[in-house]
Amino acid sequence: MIWNKEMECADRETMRALQLEKLKWSVQYEYDHVPYYAAKMDEAGVKPEDIQTLEDIQFLPFLTKEDLAANYPTGLFAAPMKDIIRIQSSSGTTGKPKIMGFTQNDMDIWGEAVARGLTMCGIGANDVAHIAYGYGLFTGGLGAHLGAETVGATVLPMSSGNTARQIRFMQDMKSDLLCCTPSYALTIAEAVEKAGIKPEELQLRAGLFGAEPWTQSMRDKIEKGLGIKAHDIYGLTEITGPGMATSCEMNDGMHVQEDLFYPEIVDPDTLKPLPDGETGELVFTTLGKTGTPMIRYRTRDICYLKRGKCLCGRTTVRMSRVFGRTDDMLIVKGVNVFPSTFEIFIDKFDELTLNYKIIVDRKHNSDTIELLVELAEGLEFDDIDFVENLKDRIERSLRDELQIGCKVRLLNAGTLPRSEGKAVRVEDRRRFE
Amino acid sequence: MIVKQVSVFVENETGRLAKLMQVLEDNGVDLNAATIAETGEYGILRCIVQNPDETVEILKKNNFLSSITNVIAVTIENRPGGLNAVLKILAAAGIAVKYIYSTIQSLSGNAVIMMKVEDPEKAAKLLTEKGVKLFCLEDLK
Repeated sequence: MIWNKEMECADRETMRALQLEKLKWSVQYEYDHVPYYAAKMDEAGVKPEDIQTLEDIQFLPFLTKEDLAANYPTGLFAAPMKDIIRIQSSSGTTGKPKIMGFTQNDMDIWGEAVARGLTMCGIGANDVAHIAYGYGLFTGGLGAHLGAETVGATVLPMSSGNTARQIRFMQDMKSDLLCCTPSYALTIAEAVEKAGIKPEELQLRAGLFGAEPWTQSMRDKIEKGLGIKAHDIYGLTEITGPGMATSCEMNDGMHVQEDLFYPEIVDPDTLKPLPDGETGELVFTTLGKTGTPMIRYRTRDICYLKRGKCLCGRTTVRMSRVFGRTDDMLIVKGVNVFPSTFEIFIDKFDELTLNYKIIVDRKHNSDTIELLVELAEGLEFDDIDFVENLKDRIERSLRDELQIGCKVRLLNAGTLPRSEGKAVRVEDRRRFE
Repeated sequence: MIVKQVSVFVENETGRLAKLMQVLEDNGVDLNAATIAETGEYGILRCIVQNPDETVEILKKNNFLSSITNVIAVTIENRPGGLNAVLKILAAAGIAVKYIYSTIQSLSGNAVIMMKVEDPEKAAKLLTEKGVKLFCLEDLK
């Protein structure tokens, strides 16, 4: 089943003609409604009418997360607030969240994109979609929810957590599709096994997993443990959210909804476009969005693109899995975590020095963060209680302020390695090979 | 009467305590008494040395945080009820004992116990009045 055959199976010329038409419109719209970007274009000496072919996109200036921060909160909004019907957000390096506004038109685009992905999973009006992504500002839960409503499925808005309840609903409501992060899917699979439930006793057929990197061995375990076919879903809040690309039953890359989101791969250093098949930074331009449209937004995700008709019949360009990120942002449990956030946090504790190190690991299929900090001089710590209380206070505060469960390890001042120049603050011990 | 104890923060890593001892040895610091309170991740070494303030400085230079804590050194008779005799006095006066540990040497039939109490001054005065002998730092050499 294909949700939108016309778009998903279009021949290359048709797709390119449509993309060019929508690109011209989008650039003109951005130029007319976002003064910040118009100034960027003027500075680069490009006018909307200079865009005559798809390749001309390379003359347009990029947008980055720094641009979003500089225009916090709504400086890049292109539509008046009366037309914005939804805000979604993800955390930012500067300590400022990225605020994205959606018009009804944008919600329709998002719903259309996710609907195509759900259809790739074989999910339609007769099915029960079990959404175990977190709901809220994070686009995971509400994005999957929107797509499931668009295809007319019966939506179970479970949100994440309470695994026993997830499994009960899965059994009693006969869920067909599970949407969540791959690590949570694995946790559910393990809990299912522990409860003595056989995969075939569940109705589940498919899973739609994304928002964090995962491995083939994880996929195997999830598929076997839940008796399902696992699909990848990709997206980022700045462009829209999950559903911008989804893998079909062939599991041979994720089909990018390229009539809605135009992808490019550029060399992260020279910023020159790279040909298909070459690995570089993924850049997206929204085609037709009106709330916070983005022109050439640098995702920082490293991957490659592959064109050519897929065995499933779709002709849309496919993106490989994401190999890494060009900056130091960490994605832990599907949540963006920036080392600099910890710096600001640690600064508030007089009992600590400013040195720190973050160790990210994956234990029992779940990401863990350990924060190593140094005790400052002049503390009275002959009592274990004093040290334990301090540790407790830091951990609790991290949970409250950064919404991240994090283990704190206290060290003597001067024991963390000092580096010259850029400090190595993060040790990511997770392996995705 | 009051003895300055040095409390040192030690990460629970293989060789870390040995490193601390190496620093003390290199600087000619002798331990007259020592005990470790530990959790899974770190321990706090409490020790009695002859030059506590200087030791704190030496440790700081070698990346070990330490602080001075006031404790008392109580001599008790080495017999059943010896420690209890002292504890009863403190309990009756409502002075809480946080922790105790024994020194390395014992003196002619008596034991010397290091004691961290709520109010060291008050405890020292009280115990002396009740005829309990307290040691000062030099006595522990």
